[in-house]
Amino acid sequence: MGFRSVTTFDKRTTADAVIGKLRDGMTIGIGGWGPRRKPMALVRALLRSDVKDLTIVAYGGPDVGMLLAAGKVRKLIYGFVSLDAIPLEPYFRKAREAGALEVLELDEGMLQWGLKAAALRLPFLPTRVGLGTDLFEQGGFKTVTSPYDDGEVMLAMPAVPLDLALIHVHRADRMGNIQALGPDTYYDDWFAKAAKEVVVSAEEVVEPVDHSYPEDAKANIFERCFVHHVVAAKHGAHPTSMPPSYGWDMPALKAYVASAGEEDGWQRYRSDVIGADEAHYLAQVGGDDAIAKLPLPIF
Amino acid sequence: MTAPEHMLSELLIVACSEVFRGNGEIVATGIGPIPRVAAGLAKLTHNPALMMTDGEAYLVEDPVPIGPRGYDDRKPAGYLPFSRYFDSAVWTGKRHAVVSPIQIDRFGQTNLSFIGGSFDKPKIQMLGARGFPGNSIHHINSMFVPAHSKRIFVPEVDSVSSVGYNPAKRLAGANFSGVDLRFIVTDLCVMDFGGPDHAIRLVSLHDGVTVDQVREATGFDVLIEGTPPVTATPTEEQLAIIAKLDPHNIRATVLKGNPPGKRA
Repeated sequence: MGFRSVTTFDKRTTADAVIGKLRDGMTIGIGGWGPRRKPMALVRALLRSDVKDLTIVAYGGPDVGMLLAAGKVRKLIYGFVSLDAIPLEPYFRKAREAGALEVLELDEGMLQWGLKAAALRLPFLPTRVGLGTDLFEQGGFKTVTSPYDDGEVMLAMPAVPLDLALIHVHRADRMGNIQALGPDTYYDDWFAKAAKEVVVSAEEVVEPVDHSYPEDAKANIFERCFVHHVVAAKHGAHPTSMPPSYGWDMPALKAYVASAGEEDGWQRYRSDVIGADEAHYLAQVGGDDAIAKLPLPIF
Repeated sequence: MTAPEHMLSELLIVACSEVFRGNGEIVATGIGPIPRVAAGLAKLTHNPALMMTDGEAYLVEDPVPIGPRGYDDRKPAGYLPFSRYFDSAVWTGKRHAVVSPIQIDRFGQTNLSFIGGSFDKPKIQMLGARGFPGNSIHHINSMFVPAHSKRIFVPEVDSVSSVGYNPAKRLAGANFSGVDLRFIVTDLCVMDFGGPDHAIRLVSLHDGVTVDQVREATGFDVLIEGTPPVTATPTEEQLAIIAKLDPHNIRATVLKGNPPGKRA
């Protein structure tokens, strides 16, 4: 290990320990994209906690649907909420149609723009996106005029700062060096940089990455100064996809969707499937061997 | 020469592929089986410069067949993940998307968000605006409507998800020069935005469809100039490419009853 002291700098913790420190009313960003590479083990820890009145920011999938079903969400800021192959997220739909949820609906590009503004510590970033659509009034946006000769009027996309970001990656070491493999890491880097504090769960917590996987350094999609807590969570994206490790679990997603149509369906899903801890959950959905065999989705 | 036997879905794929003609080197995105096969057909016939992805993250030069296949069958030639999509393809204007909204109005505004009620309490929540606001103000767009009806073609949409040519929505001082609506392909006809002030205009009728059928199925006046031509039917070469791009015949499931191209 050379001259480095690795015992004094250690970000490793557990999902329950870190979620246990959260306060009601926080703004939490969730990485991933619809039913893809979602930090579901962390979301399940959140579901098992008493935390409430959250503002959730996401390209939403079952993470958002489950938090809505559990009544954890006071406000939702979203680019979309969808399960891809199942286009309409059932609990999102229920919450919207009940009219009780405060929302900020954003174009998919506006959301990453707002995260970038927050990351760069700017109050807003200008864009044309949203002009000429009902998003403009629905979101209560304001405009900004170019001070240069063109004088163009643009929408001022406000920064979307996060108290906390939850992100799931393939590998992390004790210092917070992460590696996110797979064909697309979406806007996870901007969720991380927009947040005051970042919890990264990892399929595998490895020996320092420079000694274990130096050949994958380009998979370090954001620097470790943006990582505050490292949680080991093998199969922590299930039932969402985590390529190249495993695909989404369509039967599990369908069972979850079906629960929205059943009386007390969510309560049953919460107690029977999610249960008291991750060991229970992973056993309920078929166990590690079955998850590892889930085929990668074809688009 | 008589046209080869074909299904209406195949005729619509050909019609949708025509919307990419002359587009040059931009990303062609077809959402849904018919527009997606159409983008591949366009690349393999009249516009080899077109760019497209495997539907996930990689640019491919050999259009990827739709439906089940081996994950690694696609051959990446480039990289265009969602994490690069806005700065590479959308906000740069280097894209033409063919999309299927739930409502389209006389200004070309579309709705993907919700039906009925209000934004605060929608009667039926649909997908939300997703990428439509950014797509419509930055790059070329066309639309595919599998069931032409007054439910979809409405005088004014319930919620404006994508920018059209509605003067009331044109904020003074803003730049709408990127708005570029091209074609609407439906199961009855092809339309464009070539009328006065970008009014929607009939371009061609599919074989066996009448002007009155289009009028009756559209919730606003469509500009009709003279006798519209009949939409081109697929050639043998096009049908062979379509079969390769859709080996599982998913196209047969798109239109109710999978009707033939030549109507009785």
